[in-house]
Amino acid sequence: MAPAASTAAAARGLGPRLMTGSTVPVTVMLAALFVIWMLAAIPMNADRVSMQFDRQDVSPTVTDFVTATWTLDRAVLPTPIQVGREIVDSTYGVMMSRFRGWDRAVDRLLNHQRSLLFHIRVTLESTLVGFVIGTGLGILLAIGIVHVRTLERSLMPWVIASQTVPILAIAPIIVVLLGNLGLTGTLPKAIISAYLSFFPVTIGMVKGLRAPDPLQLDLMHTYSASRGQTLAKLRWPSSIAFLFPSLKVGIALSLVGAIVAELPTGAQAGIGARLLAGSYYGDMPALWAAIVASALMAMLLIGLVSLAERLVAAARGGRI
Amino acid sequence: MTAAVVVDTPSSPQLSEPTGGPHPGHAPVVVEVSGLNLVFPTKDAPVHALKDVDLAIKRGEFVSLIGPSGCGKTTLLRVIADLEHPTGGTIVVNGGTPEQARLDRSYGYVFQAPALYPWRTVLRNVQLPLEIMGLPAGERKARASESLSIVGLDQFERKFPWQLSGGMQQRVSIARALSLRPELLLMDEPFGALDEITRDGLNLHLLKLWRETHLTVVFVTHSIPEAVFLSSKIVVMSPRPGRIVEVIDCDLPAERDLDTRETPAFLAISHRVREALRKGHSYD
Repeated sequence: MAPAASTAAAARGLGPRLMTGSTVPVTVMLAALFVIWMLAAIPMNADRVSMQFDRQDVSPTVTDFVTATWTLDRAVLPTPIQVGREIVDSTYGVMMSRFRGWDRAVDRLLNHQRSLLFHIRVTLESTLVGFVIGTGLGILLAIGIVHVRTLERSLMPWVIASQTVPILAIAPIIVVLLGNLGLTGTLPKAIISAYLSFFPVTIGMVKGLRAPDPLQLDLMHTYSASRGQTLAKLRWPSSIAFLFPSLKVGIALSLVGAIVAELPTGAQAGIGARLLAGSYYGDMPALWAAIVASALMAMLLIGLVSLAERLVAAARGGRI
Repeated sequence: MTAAVVVDTPSSPQLSEPTGGPHPGHAPVVVEVSGLNLVFPTKDAPVHALKDVDLAIKRGEFVSLIGPSGCGKTTLLRVIADLEHPTGGTIVVNGGTPEQARLDRSYGYVFQAPALYPWRTVLRNVQLPLEIMGLPAGERKARASESLSIVGLDQFERKFPWQLSGGMQQRVSIARALSLRPELLLMDEPFGALDEITRDGLNLHLLKLWRETHLTVVFVTHSIPEAVFLSSKIVVMSPRPGRIVEVIDCDLPAERDLDTRETPAFLAISHRVREALRKGHSYD
């Protein structure tokens, strides 16, 4: 039966495959989002549009009015088309303006203050540095907590308390303190990322390192394995199933941390700086473009963690 | 250490020399337990898991510990393996303390469940104890392959545990215990979770393995046919407090197959084991 079924599946045409794949649902969702967004833009921008028409003393037709709400220059809610145009302008547009060879163009794309990709790059740097620091710290804390009883009692309350402090309150303190110590740029932001991302890793890994059942631990005991050997050969491999979900949460929090760290200090670069500038100057398309960029970054980062998870699973016989 | 069969149970012990199995009659004692007590403190009342247990296991014997749940058979095995610590009495394993035997890795332990590591291939699972011993890679590989061919799984080295049946997984765990090249094999209901057909096959396999390797085996079970089929000596235990009721020599011929179970000798021993179990149970 099984071979016949798989042949049938292979023989199915494009239509059925589209129906069962993720293409159709994703497209439908995007289309629905687009329509809702476009419709929402009409009432949101209606006040400004009617003010404009009043000033010109014309009574617009419905079509004119709706078109006006969708093309308003300083819209309260810019349409997805306007946001898309802003994204293209701030990437491709910046790259191609005053074109003098591809080297220069790529350099502008990555390093020009007006390029969205430059800000993405700056935020990604501190996100990734913070994620590495946070993950390392999280794993070390978990290993300590699992192996030393007093650490569990003394450290765990602090680990939990650290996350009850609003990051918006603590971020400027850390950035200013580190700035006084002469640390500026990526590192203070990375530390805030690490501050957020170590937590899920610690919690997940404490659980994961304790995942081996008594039987497996007894087995190591009959081999007279040292604690280090038990950690390396049993606890660590057992915890991998808990590590990756923690890493996915952790990397998303790292991104949030990096962006939040850019907000209070009036940073000149990064997605946070872009958000700040957008709201400061009422440049809604730029604000939305930064939000879309951060969402895409989060998807990319989580995708990378998932890819790593799949590679590790493949090395472990297809199972985590 | 003299080679007497030490049985100090209050009920009349059987003192005839075992004749089943390949071992010589006057082999040295591998495990000697005397006056062993183990009390687990609990909130309401202490639990007497083992009370005044005396037992001697000679080299090359196949000793089954049989009894209902809570009779301390697994606990006794775990004491031999240094996984539990007695609260009284003495125990000698391989001429030393259980701890020394564990540190020398002189026994292999097979648990109720295979406890294989799902992220390791069969071959690497069997290599696990050898990695912990710190053997070089070449020797690890050779020893693991050898152990796997003993249990007839040399064709499955590169499979992962989930690709094997339950019976095969348990054979891998036996190979893993054998890779240590132990003199003593401790088995805690290794086939308890398997279906009867698989179990029969593995019993035959184990019997053959025991004859060929001259191992000393201590085997915990709650199946009377299994105990009679495999053993050269059956230790019948009883719960509350966990103690030995009777030690029965199982003097069936060394060559046994599944038909042996139909013979009058087999049925007679089974009957004696059942009687002993009933005796142990009568006053609870």
